Amino acid sequence: MTEAVGRYLAMGGYAAFVWPAYGVALAVLGGLAWQSWRRYRASSNTLEQLQREFRTRR
Amino acid sequence: MISRFANPARFTRFSATALPWCGWSAAGVLVVGLYFALVVAPPDYQQGETVRIMYIHVPAAWMALSIYLFVALASAVALVWRHPLAEIAAAAAAPIGAAFTVVCLATGSLWGRPMWGAWWVWDARLTSVLVLLFLYLGYIALVNAFDEPGRGARAGSVLALIGVVNLPIVKFSVDWWNTLHQPASVVRLGGPKIDVAMLVPLLVMAVGFSLMFVALTMLRMRTALNDRRALSMRLNRVPEPVFPAERERLAPVPPAMRRGA
Repeated sequence: MTEAVGRYLAMGGYAAFVWPAYGVALAVLGGLAWQSWRRYRASSNTLEQLQREFRTRR
Repeated sequence: MISRFANPARFTRFSATALPWCGWSAAGVLVVGLYFALVVAPPDYQQGETVRIMYIHVPAAWMALSIYLFVALASAVALVWRHPLAEIAAAAAAPIGAAFTVVCLATGSLWGRPMWGAWWVWDARLTSVLVLLFLYLGYIALVNAFDEPGRGARAGSVLALIGVVNLPIVKFSVDWWNTLHQPASVVRLGGPKIDVAMLVPLLVMAVGFSLMFVALTMLRMRTALNDRRALSMRLNRVPEPVFPAERERLAPVPPAMRRGA
């Protein structure tokens, strides 16, 4: 069992190339998605706060 | 069809529903695609397991090219019809295209080292994709270089349109020049020249990346619209959003505070 997993992870001797390739893709695309979501939350909060402030001022 | 969704208020409403659907289906399709790419697909008879890099590399390259085309088309619409949503769409999509270009170059490098014996060669395909990355970065820098949103977008749109000449160069570089990079084996005249066992994971990953692109573009467009609304509220000190269609939804503006009164 562990041997099979080890053989799979070794990627036929190319583990040093295959896994970093998937890692880079996950890091770049995941990072972009995360940053986009954070920016969206921040902008929504700012806008809501501005709208609330306006309503109380009137 | 385009003009129906080209209204910012309508886009906000439409994307509120479409965004979660696109986002979650992108995640689902990508999980399936990764399973196909890493488990189901067979190793190549010549390249062994390194062929699994292809399932990231090739769809990422397709995305890099088609997102640039999207940015250029949206820029053209923004320049010709002066539509604010078009320039917002172009600016929202460009960083996603740049990210896919980085993924394409990095995975290509990790594939090139074991197969070609080099991380990088100055070959026509690789160099033209590097130029594509610089076009993306130049566009992003230009759009964000001005405080006033509209001015940078217009300059960026011109750059995006000029950069379109690079797209056929990337696509046909493998046919026009003698390159180390292999020629097209999927998008070619006469149909795909690749086994079904490898074509399926490739296409599933491409669909997943496309859904991810649509979801992230909508998310980033909504962010830009929020920012513009917040900016106009701050500038006017009245809730007069940039887009008239939104006005009715918010509290009515007292006549004395109207712009120009």
